Amino acid sequence: MNKQESGLKISNLKVKTAGKEILKGVSLKINPGEIHALMGRNGSGKSTLSYTIMGHPKYEISEGQIEFNGRNINDVSPDERAKMGLALSFQYPVAIPGVTVLNFLKTTLKAVLDREIPIKELKAMLKESMAKLEIKDEFLSRYVNDGFSGGEKKKLEILHLTLLKPKLAILDETDSGLDIDALKVVASGISALNEAGSAVLLITHYQRILNYVSPQFVHIFENGQITQTGTKELALQLEEFGYEHFAHNATKEVNYVS
Amino acid sequence: MSAELKPLDNLSQMGLDYKYGFSDVEDYIFKSGRGLTPEIVSKISAMKNEPQWMLDFRLKALEMFYKKPMPNWGNTKLLNEIDFANIFYYIKPSQKQGTNWDDVPEGIKNTFDRLGIPEAERKFLAGVTAQYESEVVYHSIREDLEKLGVVFLDMDSGLRLYEDIVKKYFATVIPANDNKFASLNSAVWSGGSFVYVPKGVKVDIPLQAYFRINAENMGQFERTLIIADEGSFVHYIEGCTAPVYSTDSLHSAVVELIALPNSHIRYTTIQNWSKNVYNLVTKRAYAYENAKVEWVDGNLGSKLTMKYPAIYLMGENARGEVLSIAFAGEDQHQDAGAKMVHVASNTSSLVVSKSISKNGGRTSYRGLVKIHEDAKNVKSSVKCDALLLDDMSRSDTYPTMEVEETDVTVEHEATVSKVGEEQLFYLMSRGLTADEATSMIVNGFFEPFTKELPLEYAVELNRLIKLEMEGSVG
Ligand SMILES: Nc1ncnc2c1ncn2[C@@H]1O[C@H](COP(=O)(O)OP(=O)(O)OP(=O)(O)O)[C@@H](O)[C@H]1O
Ligand SMILES: [Mg+2]
Repeated sequence: MNKQESGLKISNLKVKTAGKEILKGVSLKINPGEIHALMGRNGSGKSTLSYTIMGHPKYEISEGQIEFNGRNINDVSPDERAKMGLALSFQYPVAIPGVTVLNFLKTTLKAVLDREIPIKELKAMLKESMAKLEIKDEFLSRYVNDGFSGGEKKKLEILHLTLLKPKLAILDETDSGLDIDALKVVASGISALNEAGSAVLLITHYQRILNYVSPQFVHIFENGQITQTGTKELALQLEEFGYEHFAHNATKEVNYVS
Repeated sequence: MSAELKPLDNLSQMGLDYKYGFSDVEDYIFKSGRGLTPEIVSKISAMKNEPQWMLDFRLKALEMFYKKPMPNWGNTKLLNEIDFANIFYYIKPSQKQGTNWDDVPEGIKNTFDRLGIPEAERKFLAGVTAQYESEVVYHSIREDLEKLGVVFLDMDSGLRLYEDIVKKYFATVIPANDNKFASLNSAVWSGGSFVYVPKGVKVDIPLQAYFRINAENMGQFERTLIIADEGSFVHYIEGCTAPVYSTDSLHSAVVELIALPNSHIRYTTIQNWSKNVYNLVTKRAYAYENAKVEWVDGNLGSKLTMKYPAIYLMGENARGEVLSIAFAGEDQHQDAGAKMVHVASNTSSLVVSKSISKNGGRTSYRGLVKIHEDAKNVKSSVKCDALLLDDMSRSDTYPTMEVEETDVTVEHEATVSKVGEEQLFYLMSRGLTADEATSMIVNGFFEPFTKELPLEYAVELNRLIKLEMEGSVG
């Protein structure tokens, strides 16, 4: 495969849901192994972007395209995308009552790898990351996200992604709702994921996660578009001046680019 | 005996897709003619060398069957399509009862193989009776059970060998005139199990019986009677599966349980009749003082199932539980539920019913909680959850409460939900296809039931659900 074509390439993506345009021309390129942070106000469309990259049927692409490893995936089903190496850590992970975490991990890993993993092997694979994420063994026999605390849900998301080893991990506010200790633990999980080879799109509201995870790029998202792209510095400025400041500068930036 | 298996090659033409759709070459010793007359009933009784009182009972029941109207509730349209004149009421596949596995005819063994009866069956072999057609062909009982005095026989042998016990309890819980199908069963019953557990004996392995229908238009009328004497425990399991035929088949069993003081009976059923079968079953238990009865009931197949396991809480501190699941696919109606009758004080009951409808299938929960006057401090809780897999499918709830006492706690909770798009997307985004994701959600939904099953049954049930889910989501 042509090296230039690997990774995620989103071009002028416009997306509608419930008759309303949410994404209004997003362009973004994420190369293998890179970490990108995406920051933006509530309701600006960050989750919509992550759902659309993952193929949620509720979000309709009206223009533009999503390419992954050189393939247009606009019409590819979510499970195929997972098998191609995309994974999303949900902002609001969904409960599946009656299905144990272990069964969930085992079945999905089998689907993605196309190979049955014996329980013993699976547990060995999980051991290290469970220790790192401070997840107890009993957790595996609980029902997926059923009655989980906010922090437990986020930990399960990272555990699962670590197991699936995606080429690109989209983390939608994985750092929200965590206490200080849990934040550190989850952040180191994210770093480990990246070190193991996953590119990361880190959607966050908080500059502080960037103390643990170092993105090469920081994007500001506003009203369905990326309005500014910079380095870690940008996140610090954002923390200091707020979105309002960047909303004004955004027009400039966009004009400059075009 | 011929052991040849004859696959049905017109399955796809019939639009039927049933994994157990094969059929042994019929090799029956006696097959009654179609239709039902006093002559046939007498002949059945004579073939079995029954005592006069049983023949009299059958003939009286036949009169009741003729007179009783069809139920005017439930799926009356389907009920009225039953053509009683076009059914075989008795088939005897082989004369001799197998006493050990080697004696079991090869063709029947093949059938069990094809049914994928789990290895566990071999493990439990000593405690298994397998019913094939209207007669039990294989029966064996583990030696230590026998030493404990536990009786585990087919009903015909039970009547022959333990006539006194049978006479004392038979039809005392479900009289012949209870309903039209109980009358029918009482007239023509054949096979089923007879279990007696003596005082204080706890049977630590489940007693298992496998049932199967194997002839076109053949009726199955098992009669099961289980008596748990004081302080005893028994778990009885029946699992059913049937081959595909193009014309309708009637299955109408009667199951009576008697839990004497301080005893505990658990009765587990997994039935997966082929989708042309009428499954109209009367199941009822009496639980005396401090006794516990549990019906664990899984209904997956059939065209129409009408089944409402009942528990009469006759003595103080008796407890009843019904845990059931139902799955209805295209052209299927599962009309199931539970009846709890609190006759005595300090009794409690729990009903958990879970149903799934798919491809226009229909499930109904029909339940009764009745609390007699003077039954004080009674607790009853009913919870039914229905899951719809698409917009074509249907689920209804018909709960009835008859409470004649004020000192009671009665809860009823019913939910109907659809498989959530968010759940599907979550699972698919982790690599599961739409079908795989749906069966995972469904298995999870049934989990409170599945976890009560022995492992082999739980595995088989999950496998069946997976098969049922294939192609369910566009
Ligand atoms: N399924 C939907 N139906 C209707 N509106 C939707 C739907 N999904 C998203 N929206 C709308 O699109 C906009 C963007 O929502 P989105 O969840 O993508 O924002 P976000 O940037 O992730 O916000 P937050 O930071 O609060 O998570 C919001 O106005 C939201 O109400
Ligand atoms: Mg969001």
